[in-house]
Amino acid sequence: MAFELPKVTLTLREAPSRLRTFLGPILAFGIAMLLGGLLVALMGKSPWQALDVYFIHPLLDSYNLQALALKASPLVLMAIGLSYCYRANLWNIGAEGQFVIGGTCAGAIAIFTHGAPDNTLWILPAMLLAGVMGGMVTALIPAILKVSLGVSEILTSLMLVYVSQLTLDYLVRGPWRDPKGFNFPVTVTFDPAATLPPLFDGARVHVGVLLTLAIVIIAAIMQGRSLFNFAVRLLGLAPRAARFAGFSEARITLIVFALSGGLAGLAGFMEVSGQINQLQPSISPGYGFTAIIVAFLGRLSPVGILVAGFVLSLTYIGGEAAQISMQLPLDMTQTFQGLLLFCILSADILTRYDVSLAKART
Amino acid sequence: MTSEFVQAVLLTILTSSIPLILAAIGELVAERAGVLNLGVEGMMICGAVSAFIGAYDTGSALIGAACGILAGALLAAVFGLLAIYLAVNQVAAGLALTIFGLGISGLIGKSYVGLKLTNASHLHLPWLSDIPYVGQILFGEDYFVYAAFALVLGVWLWLNKTHAGLQLRAVGDNHTSANTLGLDVQAIRLWAVLFGGGCAGLAGAYLTLAYTPFWSPGMTAGRGWIALALVVFASWQPWRLVLGALIFGGATILQLQAQALGVRIPSQLLSSVPYLATILALILLSVSKRGKANAPASLGQAFIADK
Repeated sequence: MAFELPKVTLTLREAPSRLRTFLGPILAFGIAMLLGGLLVALMGKSPWQALDVYFIHPLLDSYNLQALALKASPLVLMAIGLSYCYRANLWNIGAEGQFVIGGTCAGAIAIFTHGAPDNTLWILPAMLLAGVMGGMVTALIPAILKVSLGVSEILTSLMLVYVSQLTLDYLVRGPWRDPKGFNFPVTVTFDPAATLPPLFDGARVHVGVLLTLAIVIIAAIMQGRSLFNFAVRLLGLAPRAARFAGFSEARITLIVFALSGGLAGLAGFMEVSGQINQLQPSISPGYGFTAIIVAFLGRLSPVGILVAGFVLSLTYIGGEAAQISMQLPLDMTQTFQGLLLFCILSADILTRYDVSLAKART
Repeated sequence: MTSEFVQAVLLTILTSSIPLILAAIGELVAERAGVLNLGVEGMMICGAVSAFIGAYDTGSALIGAACGILAGALLAAVFGLLAIYLAVNQVAAGLALTIFGLGISGLIGKSYVGLKLTNASHLHLPWLSDIPYVGQILFGEDYFVYAAFALVLGVWLWLNKTHAGLQLRAVGDNHTSANTLGLDVQAIRLWAVLFGGGCAGLAGAYLTLAYTPFWSPGMTAGRGWIALALVVFASWQPWRLVLGALIFGGATILQLQAQALGVRIPSQLLSSVPYLATILALILLSVSKRGKANAPASLGQAFIADK
């Protein structure tokens, strides 16, 4: 070797430091903000103004706060599902596709019942069911391939994202296009019976956010109390031990994928029914990928994910505002999200290990 | 079918498989060293935008290609630092790299969208390129084609015939034993990852310098992910990778030619062919049990030295 690289030594701590476990994500967020600010300054804009537009302004009025909750809801739902996969060391990275298929299946019911009387009560539950099932089936494809043939779930789940997006694109531009839509690639606008009602009169937020909140609470109560949660964690940390303990790896794999796909499908249903109110070629600005960051920033715990969901939602709202008021490209949001994930992952390591630098041996 | 048509088909298959070969051969080396870098898509798109900017601003495709390689290697260095030295989970760190790469490439290339590169340099060898039928394919292609095949040959020779290649494979197959033998596991892995990044950057450079003469955000369109699948499909063998890439190039051409031939299939179905083919390829590989035996045994596991 031409030159010596310094040697990094990691020493596993006896137990993760509690202080560092709590401070880690906060520190990571701080460092990501610093790097993001640097980037904004490099582009010749004021980092202080960016800080204000991204992270402070959206918190100041009710309109923006509601928008925040609307965007946090799908992120939190999907991240909760993904956290089960990641704790079991299974890599479902296709939540985006499961979300899209969930939204598409829910939308199908709304389109086929178009024109039904406003008081048809079964439509919304049917849409919810269709959305959950759609997401679940999409997620089970990689899971079944994994348990039956040993195909890596990472690549198959991701490839299905592209296939899902193209499927929706085909349906919206082809058979499901609104004949009276002036040739725009959109479906009919959903009937009131297929639309999630607002939380209160005149609200932007739909009642779906209550369901999201309920799921967070259920997941939080189950965590650390149920045998299933234990089995999932054991599979992730020590697969051999899990096998000896009699937990079926295949069963756990199928369940966590079904769970995460189902939640992604539920989020897709809420998005089309409560927010977009029709199908269009794209129904997600990358929520499924951002949810991966949410899961890690929330340290794979339900309450942490709830907080992290709002933080990442803020980057979307702030990003849109920054594009208008500061002419910062929307790509800034994605760049920041990537930086944030790097920082979170590094901070995670610092809570579990002591890191020291030493000169390379000669 | 005329000879021009056949030649055009073969050329399209070749040109659409080159970026896959370039990106996959780099990832193959990283994986043989035991590192799974899911950031290929991110490194590739940064390579694409950097190469375009380099070539547009200097007027030299060579400088452009160098910029692309450098950008890919730079991102790989960040990944390597985290995944190799800090033992961050490789899957998560790779995903971060892809998300970051897709975002930052949009920022860097913002003011270059819609510009056209006019000086894409095609290779022309007197006499040889003029041979009917095969001349254009064998001797008239871009330098990239030669670079791709030279890289595959080089990697194959290096991995199988040199001492350093043996060391790299040892690190990938059993990092604990390799460490006991006195090999610097982390350094070897870092070099392998940097090589992978450079190759992914070059693959991106091919897209903006030779494949299309312009830059558009997200133009890699999942090629980085397909390259990752190709490595598995090739069961970590350099030459099988070329075969796999040509099959995928064929899938791409299907998409272009089917419509030209008047086949009435939704364009979205044709667009999803490469992704479905990837899934199918992974399934076929798993069914034939032999392929999996070649997987580097320490793939995806961080090495943490005992003191």
